[in-house]
Amino acid sequence: MSSVLIVVEHNKQKLKMATLKALTFARQAAKKLNTQLNLLVIGHEVEAVAKQLQPYGANTIYLVEDPAYKNYTAETWGHVTAEVAKQCDAVLIGINTGTTGRDLMPRVAAKLNAGMVTDLIDFDGDLFVREMWAGNARAFIEVTTPITVASIQGTAFGVAEPGGTESSITRLEIPVPKTKTRFLEIRETKSDRPDPTEARVVVSGGRGMKGPENFKLIEDLTDLFNGAVGASRAAVDSGWISNDLQVGQTGKTVAPDLYIAAGISGAIQHLAGMKNSKVIVAINKDEEAPIFQVSDYGLVADLFKVVPELTEALRKEI
Amino acid sequence: MKILVTAKRVTDPDMKIKIKEDGSGIDLSSMSFKVNPFDEIAIEEALRIRKDKGGEVVVVGIGSDKAQTEIRYGLSMGADRGIHVQVDGYMDSEVIAQILKSIVEKEQPDLVFLGKQAVDDDNNQVAQLLAEYLGWGQACFASKIEVNESKAIVEREVDGGIEIMEIDLPGIVSADLRLNEPRYPALPAIMKAKKKELQTLKPGDLGVDITPKVIVKRMAEPAQRKGGRMVADVPELVRLLKEEAKVI
Ligand SMILES: Cc1cc2nc3c(=O)[nH]c(=O)nc-3n(C[C@H](O)[C@H](O)[C@H](O)COP(=O)(O)OP(=O)(O)OC[C@H]3O[C@@H](n4cnc5c(N)ncnc54)[C@H](O)[C@@H]3O)c2cc1C
Ligand SMILES: Nc1ncnc2c1ncn2[C@@H]1O[C@H](COP(=O)(O)O)[C@@H](O)[C@H]1O
Repeated sequence: MSSVLIVVEHNKQKLKMATLKALTFARQAAKKLNTQLNLLVIGHEVEAVAKQLQPYGANTIYLVEDPAYKNYTAETWGHVTAEVAKQCDAVLIGINTGTTGRDLMPRVAAKLNAGMVTDLIDFDGDLFVREMWAGNARAFIEVTTPITVASIQGTAFGVAEPGGTESSITRLEIPVPKTKTRFLEIRETKSDRPDPTEARVVVSGGRGMKGPENFKLIEDLTDLFNGAVGASRAAVDSGWISNDLQVGQTGKTVAPDLYIAAGISGAIQHLAGMKNSKVIVAINKDEEAPIFQVSDYGLVADLFKVVPELTEALRKEI
Repeated sequence: MKILVTAKRVTDPDMKIKIKEDGSGIDLSSMSFKVNPFDEIAIEEALRIRKDKGGEVVVVGIGSDKAQTEIRYGLSMGADRGIHVQVDGYMDSEVIAQILKSIVEKEQPDLVFLGKQAVDDDNNQVAQLLAEYLGWGQACFASKIEVNESKAIVEREVDGGIEIMEIDLPGIVSADLRLNEPRYPALPAIMKAKKKELQTLKPGDLGVDITPKVIVKRMAEPAQRKGGRMVADVPELVRLLKEEAKVI
C-alpha cells in the first residue's frame, strides 16, 4: 500500500516540536489520499526518538542508524530518505520546514523524479497551497508527478496529540553513500529560551534597539512568559543577535499567541514571517511605521522607556 | 578558477504586488524588476574569489529577453561574460535546474554560486536540485566561504547556529544574506558591461525539456489583517492584552 512518509527532525535525542506539526498535516493527507502513514528517523543512537513517536498511530516508524548519519548532511540523509521512500511506496514525502528540510528535500525530489512544494500550508487531496512573494500571494499548486515532495510550514498546523494504535519500529540497514561534503562542526547558539517557532510569546527587536546590550530589555520581557526572542534582519546583520533568530521571508516564520515588535519598521520581508501571529503589538517611535498597519495594538513611544515599563506592569499581572 | 553564477530577474522586493482579478497570476504591468538580491550576493562572492584566485566569472540568466538586463547588471558588477537562456513563460525550479545542469556540463566550472532563494516564488530549491542532478555536493545558506585548491570550507546559517562543512570542488554553494555586501556598479563599469559577451541559447539547443512538474493553477490574496489600532500608554496596553485579547 502506498504511504505518506514524514522525515523526523530531532536534536540531541529529542524530537523537535515542529515534527508533531508536520505529523498533523501528514495524518490529514494520509486520510485524503487513503494511504498509510510512516515515519523515518535517521541518525546515530536515536532509538529514543523513534520510541517517543510510537504513541502517535503511524503504521511503521523506520529507524536508520549509523555513526555516519549522526550529523545531518543533504547527501547522506537524502540518500536514506529516497531509499526508504521507495521501500514503503511513498507518494508524499514531507518534513517540517526549517534549514534542514529546505536543504534536504529538493535533493530527495531530484532522486525520485518528483515535483516539490516548498512550505505548504494546506492540501485538499488535489492541490497544494503555499505562500509566495513574501507571503503576499497564496498559490494553489498542482504537482503532475506521481510522487510529491514537500516541506511543511508548521505555523499552519497544530501540534499532534498521541492517538491510534502504537506504531511498530522497523530497523533498516542502509549503506552509507560516498559523499562530496563533510560535516565539520556546529557553532551552536547558546540559549535556554525556546525557539521562536515554538514559543507562545515572541518578542522581537529591530534596528531601533541600537545595540546588542539593549536586547536585555527584550529578554526581560519575554522571560516573563518563558517566551522566545526574535529579530529583524537589520538587527541580525548588525551582529547584535544570532542569525537563527531572524523572523521573516528569508528567516523563520512564526505565529505565536502574542508577538511584540520593538523598534521594527515592518518591511514586507519582516511581515511575511509574523503576520499570522494571533495578537501583534508594535512599539515604534515613528507613527508612520508600516508595522502599525498589521498590529492589533500600536504604541507610538520610545522603546527604551516603554519596554521596561511594560515588563514591570506585566510582572504584576502574571 | 572558473565560477558560474546565476542572476534571476525578479520583481522589486520592496514593491507591493497585486494579484490579477481572475487569479491567474501576479499583475506585472506596473512592477519594476531587479536582480534577485541573493543572486547579487552570489555574484559579489564570485568576484571576490576571482580577485583572490584569478579565473573567470560567468553569469547565467534564464527567462524572456528582458532577463538580459539582470545578466548585464552582473556584468556591470564585474563578471566576465553572460549566458542567457531564452524561455518565455512559466518555469518551475526543476526546469531551471535542468537548464543549469546542461550549462554546467558545457562550461565545466569549478564552483557554481546561486542565491538561496528567489524572492518572487520563494522556492529555495534550485541549488539543491542542481547539486543532485550533477551528483555534486551542496553547501546551502552560506555566510562565509574559504576556497582552497580542490575544496572549500563553508559556514552555513542553520537553525541552531552556524554549521561548518567541507565541500569538494566542483561544487554548489547558495548564498545567504550575511555572506557579503554587494557592490554598486559605477557608471564606467555599466558602460563597459554593454560590450561584454552575452551569448543567447534556447532550451532546445541544450536538449532540455521545459515542461514543468509543479504548476501554479491560481493565486489569491492571503487573509488580510485588520491592524492599525493605537493605544495611549502602557497601562492601556496591559488592560487590553488582559481583558480583550486575553493573551495574558
Ligand atoms: C532579500 C531580502 C530578504 C530579507 N529578509 C528579511 C527577513 O527575513 N526578515 C526581516 O526582518 N527583514 C528582511 N529583509 C530586510 C527588510 O527589507 C528590512 O530592511 C528590515 O526588516 C528592517 O529591519 P528593522 O525594521 O529592524 O529596521 P528599520 O527599517 O531601520 O526600522 C527601525 C525602526 O525602529 C524605530 N525606532 C528607532 N529607534 C526607536 C526607539 N528608540 N523607540 C522606538 N522605535 C524606534 C524606527 O522608527 C524604525 O521604524 C530582507 C531584505 C531583502 C532585500
Ligand atoms: N530564471 C532563473 N534564471 C537564473 N537563475 C535562477 C532562475 N530561477 C532561479 N534561479 C537561481 O536559483 C536560486 C534559487 O531559486 P528558487 O529555488 O526558485 O528559489 C535563485 O537565487 C537563482 O540564483
